[in-house]
Amino acid sequence: MAYHHSRRTIGLTLNGRPVTATIDVHDTLVDVLQRDFALFGARESCGQGLCGCCTVIVNGTAVSGCLYLAAFADGAEVDTIEGLAGKDGLHPVQEAFVAHGGFQCGFCTPGFVLMTKELLEQTPKPTDDQIRHYLSGNLCRCASYPEIIKAVKAAAGS
Amino acid sequence: MSVGQSVRRLEGRSKVTGTAEYIHHLRLPGMLHGKIHRSTVAHGRIVRLDTSAALAHPGVQAVVTIDEVLAVAPNPYYGPAFHDQPILAHGKVRYVGEPVAVVLASDPHAAEEAADLVQVEYDPIDPVFDEVAAARPGAPIIHDVLKPAGMFTDLKHLGGRSGTNVALDARVRRGDAAKAFADADHVFEHTFRTGKVIHATFEPMVSVAELQGGDGVTIHTASQSPSFVRAEVSRLLGWAENRVRVRTAHLGGGFGAKLYIKLEALVAVCALLVRRPVRIALSMDEQFYTITKHGATVRIKTGVQSDGRMIAREVETYWNGGAYADIGPRVTQKSGFTAAGPYDIEHVSLDNYAVYTNEPPAGALRGFGISQLVWAYERQADVIARTLGIDPIEFRRRNVLRKGRPHATGTIVSNLEIDAVLDLLEQRMEWRRPFDRGTGTIRRGRGVALGLKACISPTTSVAMVLLYGDGSCALQCGTVDMGQASDTAMAQIVSEVLGIPTASVRLAAPDTNVTPYDMATLGSRSTFHMGNAVKAAAEDVRAQLLRIAAESLDANVSDLECVDAEVVSTRGARMTLREIMLARFAMQAGTIVGVGSYTPAYKKPDLSTGQSPEITPFWMLGGAGAEIAVDTETGRIEVTRLVNVADVGRAINPASVDLQLTGAAIMQLGFTLFEEMVFSDGQVVNASLADYKIPGFLDVPADISAAYVEVPHEHGPYGAKGVGETGVFSPSPAIANALYDALGIVPIDLPLTPERVLRAIREQGGSPLEEA
Repeated sequence: MAYHHSRRTIGLTLNGRPVTATIDVHDTLVDVLQRDFALFGARESCGQGLCGCCTVIVNGTAVSGCLYLAAFADGAEVDTIEGLAGKDGLHPVQEAFVAHGGFQCGFCTPGFVLMTKELLEQTPKPTDDQIRHYLSGNLCRCASYPEIIKAVKAAAGS
Repeated sequence: MSVGQSVRRLEGRSKVTGTAEYIHHLRLPGMLHGKIHRSTVAHGRIVRLDTSAALAHPGVQAVVTIDEVLAVAPNPYYGPAFHDQPILAHGKVRYVGEPVAVVLASDPHAAEEAADLVQVEYDPIDPVFDEVAAARPGAPIIHDVLKPAGMFTDLKHLGGRSGTNVALDARVRRGDAAKAFADADHVFEHTFRTGKVIHATFEPMVSVAELQGGDGVTIHTASQSPSFVRAEVSRLLGWAENRVRVRTAHLGGGFGAKLYIKLEALVAVCALLVRRPVRIALSMDEQFYTITKHGATVRIKTGVQSDGRMIAREVETYWNGGAYADIGPRVTQKSGFTAAGPYDIEHVSLDNYAVYTNEPPAGALRGFGISQLVWAYERQADVIARTLGIDPIEFRRRNVLRKGRPHATGTIVSNLEIDAVLDLLEQRMEWRRPFDRGTGTIRRGRGVALGLKACISPTTSVAMVLLYGDGSCALQCGTVDMGQASDTAMAQIVSEVLGIPTASVRLAAPDTNVTPYDMATLGSRSTFHMGNAVKAAAEDVRAQLLRIAAESLDANVSDLECVDAEVVSTRGARMTLREIMLARFAMQAGTIVGVGSYTPAYKKPDLSTGQSPEITPFWMLGGAGAEIAVDTETGRIEVTRLVNVADVGRAINPASVDLQLTGAAIMQLGFTLFEEMVFSDGQVVNASLADYKIPGFLDVPADISAAYVEVPHEHGPYGAKGVGETGVFSPSPAIANALYDALGIVPIDLPLTPERVLRAIREQGGSPLEEA
C-alpha cells in the first residue's frame, strides 16, 4: 500500500501572534501545537473528544483539539492554556483553581480552566447546576469535581 | 507552622498554566515511536509470526519480536511476584491484547499502520476466564510452571509447581471456625462477586528509553515505582543497577496502574536494539489490555449469636489475576488476611487464591483488593443485622475490633479508632432522624459500611534533604506525585522541622540517579513511610545547623531552635541559614546533606496459619454512608448523599485529605454504578471512554462530604497515616445496603446498573425479565 503524505502550510494567530506551520493533512491541532510550537497544555487522552484534556479555543469557541484537524485552523485565531496568563500573573480562573485546589494530577486541568473561562464569559454568575452542566463535557479521573465547583464560584466572585 | 495547615499545592501554578512536566510530553532528538501488535486470541501457541509486510511499510525502521528481545534479555520474563510475563509473547499468548511485536518508526502514524501488517498464526488452546473455574482441577493450564520472583520468601515454596492456575494460596486460621459454626445461633452464607474495572489514567502509560554513556540506559517513564523499574530492568539485562537510570515527572494519574514493569522493559530493549531513543505511548484503549483491577468471587459464611455477636467467619476468595501475576499474589495475601473485616471475631478461617485466567493481567487498583472484600462482608453485615432485628450501626458497634484485642492475624490492634469513626458516620448521616423511604415508583434507602485495610509491609523509604550555599533547601525523595499532593505534604514536613516556608522547599522529580531508594508510591504508604524518612532527613540537617550555629554563637545546641529560616538562641542571638553555610564552608558555597530512612517493624506471618504479632505498620479505616433514590420502573439508582469518614491519624494537609477521600469515593461510585469491563471470549468489547463510562460532573451526588477522626498514630510522622485509598473501601456496599434498605434486594453483583437492579426488582416480584 502506498503511503502518501499530503502536506500544506497553514497560517494562524496563536495566542495573539501570527504563525505558520507546515502540516500533514491528517495532523490534529494537538499534534501541531505539540510538535511545531512545543505547547503541551492541550493533550490527547481519550482520543475521542470525550474527556476534554485537549481543549483548545478556535475563533472563540472551545474545540476538542485531538479531533480537530489542524488544516481547519488555517486563518483562525487559536488560543491555548499557555496564552491565558497575562504579564501581570495568572488569569482569575487560574488563580481560583490554585486557591481552591481544583485539580489533582493536573492532566485535565487546562481544559477545565479554558471551559470555565468560556462559561463565565457567557454566564458571569453561574449556579452550581449551570456549572455542572457546562463542564460536563470535561472529565477528571481524580474526581476533583467538588473543588472545581468551588474554584469556578470563586472565579465568578460569588 | 506548616503541618496541619491546608497549604496550597507547590505545583499548582504549573498545572493551571499547562506547563507541568509529564513524561507524555517528552520528545528526544532522533526518537522512534513504537506501536504494539497485539494478540487476537485469548490462549494459543504462536505457529507463525511474519513481520515482512510491516518491515516493508514506508517509514518503518524495525520490527521487534521476542527473537530480537532474546539477544539483549536472554531470560525475558519479569514481574514483582512471579517472573512470568515475557517482554513480548514468547511462543504462546495468554490473553487478547497481549503484546506480540513492536513496530518502530519516526512517524507514529506509520508505526501504527505497520503494526496492523504483522501477520500471526495461532494454534488455539482452550481458554478459561472465570476465576473459580480456572482454579478447578482439569482447567486449561495457562502457565506450565510457576516461577516465583524470589524477592518474597513466602512464595518460595511455589517454585516449580505445575499443573495449576493457582499462583498462590494464602490462609489465616484463628480459633476453631468449624466448631464455632456448630455452636452459633445463626449461620449466614453468601457469595458476592465483583467484575473487572480499570484505572483509566488520563495520561496513558508512556515510557521513553535512550542509551546513556555507551553502556547505560535512561528510562523516562510515567511510573509509580522508579526504584523497582531500575532493579527489574537491570536484572533482565544482567547489568548492575547503576547502569540503569529511571526518572519520572508529574504523573497524569496512577491509581496503581503505573506500578512495576509496564512498558519500561520493552522500550529499554528496543532502544538497545536500534541504538536510538524509543518512545511507546499507549492510547486510552490499549490501557484496557494492560492492567486491570481484580475481579473476585467471595464466598463468606458467618456464625452469629442471637445477641448480634459474630463468633465465626469463613471466607474463601478467588482473585481473577488474569494472564500474568503482576502484584496479584500480594493483593491476595496482604488484603486477603483482612477478610474478616474490622470486627472482633474469635474463630476465623480465610482462604485466598490468586488465580491465572486468560483475561488481561490484574494488579493494584486503589485499595489493593480491599474494596472487593468490603463489598462482601459489609453487605452480609446488613443482612445479618436485619435478620436479627438490630440497627445496622448498632450491629457493627457490637462487633468492632477494639484496641488491645487481637486481629484475625493475631496482631494486637493499636492506633485504630473504629468506634470514633462509626460515631462520626452516625452523626454525619443523621442516622437517628426519621428517614423518608418514599412511595410509588421512587423508593429511598440508606446504608452504611466500614472497611479495614492493613498497610502493606515491610517496605523502605529513604530521603535526603539538602541545604545549598545560599541557604535554599531541596528535598530528594522518590515518592511520585501523581496528583495526591505528596510533594506538598513532604515539603510541609521539611518546613516544620527546619522552620522554613513550605513553598521554599524544592523537590527533585523522582530519578534513580538523584533520589534515594523508595519501594514505590502505592498502598497509601508514602505519607507514613516517606514522611518518616523525610522527617528524619530534615532532622539530620537541623542537627548539623544547630551544631554549626552553637559553635559560631558560642551557645548550647539545646538552647537553639530553627524558626523563620533562622537559627535562634534562647538569649536572642540568631543566624540566617545563609550565614550558617558561610560559617561552615568559609564561603557562600557548599552543601549540607541530611539523610533519613524508614523501615517499620514487621513480623512475617506463619505460612500455615497467617498469624503474626506485627502484621502491619498501620491500619486504615474508611466508612461510608449513602442515601439513594431508586426508580422501580427503570432500576436507576440516584445517590443523593454520600458521606465518607476515615481514621487518618493526623492530617498533614487537611485540604488534600478531603480531596483524597472525596476523589476516591467518586472513583468508587463509578465502579459501583456503571464502570465494568465487558468481555466476549476474552476480548474487551468496551475499551474506550465512549463505551466505558467514568464519573463526570453529573454523576457526583449533590450532597457529598468527607470527615475524619484525628488521633495521632504513635509511629506516624506528626501522627499521620496514609489516606489515598481509604475513600474507596466502603461506598459500594453502603450504596448496595441503601438499595437493600429501600427494596430488600441482596444478591446483585457490581456494578449496580439499571438493568441489574431492574432484573433484581422483577425477580423479587416474581416476574423476571427475559434474558436479552
